[in-house]
Amino acid sequence: MNYLFVTLAGALFGAGITISGMGNPAKVQNFLDLFGQWDPSLALVMGAALAVTTPGFRYVLKRGKPLFAADFSLPTLKTIDGKLIAGAVLFGMGWGLSGLCPAPALVALWTGASSFFLFVAAMIAGMFAYRFLMEGKSA
Amino acid sequence: MVEATPFEPVAALGGGVLIGLSALLLMWSVGRIAGISGIVFGAVSNGGEERNWRLFFIGGLFIGSLIAAWLSGALSGVTPVASTPMMIAAGLIVGFGTRMGSGCTSGHGVCGISRFSLRSVVATVTFMASGFITVFVIRHLLGEGL
Repeated sequence: MNYLFVTLAGALFGAGITISGMGNPAKVQNFLDLFGQWDPSLALVMGAALAVTTPGFRYVLKRGKPLFAADFSLPTLKTIDGKLIAGAVLFGMGWGLSGLCPAPALVALWTGASSFFLFVAAMIAGMFAYRFLMEGKSA
Repeated sequence: MVEATPFEPVAALGGGVLIGLSALLLMWSVGRIAGISGIVFGAVSNGGEERNWRLFFIGGLFIGSLIAAWLSGALSGVTPVASTPMMIAAGLIVGFGTRMGSGCTSGHGVCGISRFSLRSVVATVTFMASGFITVFVIRHLLGEGL
C-alpha cells in the first residue's frame, strides 16, 4: 500500500517537472541567464511548489508520524559548513553548464537523446566518486 | 546558441503545484523528503527497503513524466544545450556536488526551504548564484564556445 502512495508521489513529481517545461534544459539555462534571454518560469515553479509545501509540511508534520512509517525522516544537520557551500557551488556550475538538475535529467531521458543518458550515468558516477573519495567507502 | 524560450506562467505554476503535492504526499505517507538527488543515489547504493521505495518513486516519476509529455507535448523538440563532453563533465559535478552539499533543487530548494531549514536556504542561494555566474560566463564572456 505504501508503494502505491510513493509511486503516485513520483508520478506527480514527474508530471510537474514535465508540464512546467523544466524537462527542457533550454528553459532552465535561460532562467539562469539573468543578463540575457531570461525566462522566469523556474522561479514560478519553485514559488508554486513552496506555496503548497510551506503550509502543507506544517500540517503533515503536526500529525506526529507518517501513515506507513514510525517516524518522519528529517535531516538533522544544522551547521553551515564548507562542504555545504562547496557542494552547492559545484552543483550550480553543473546545473548552469547543462541546464539540468537531477529530476529534469531523468525526465529528459524520454527524448531518447544519448547525451541525456550520458549525463545521468555521469551524475551517478559523480555521486559514487564523492562517496569513494570523501567518505572512504568503495562502491 | 540556445533559443529563447517563452515565459509560460500558467504551466510553470501548475507544474510547481504538482511538485509541491508530490513532496507533501511523500512526507505524509512514508515520512521522506522528496529530494531527487538523494533518492537517485539511495536507489543505486542501498539494498532492501531503503532501495525499494526509492525505485517505486523513480518508476512513478518516469510514468508521470511520460503521461504528462504525451498529453502536453512538453518534451517535443527538447534537445541538450551542451556538447556531449560538457554533458558528461556537468553530470559528474552535479552528482559530486549534490552529495557534497546534501541536496539539489528539490531537496533544498523546495522541501528544505519550506521547513525553514537555514542550511537549505544557504544551499539554494549558493547554487542559484553559482548557476547565474556559470551561465553568465559561458554565454556572455566565452560566447557559447562550449
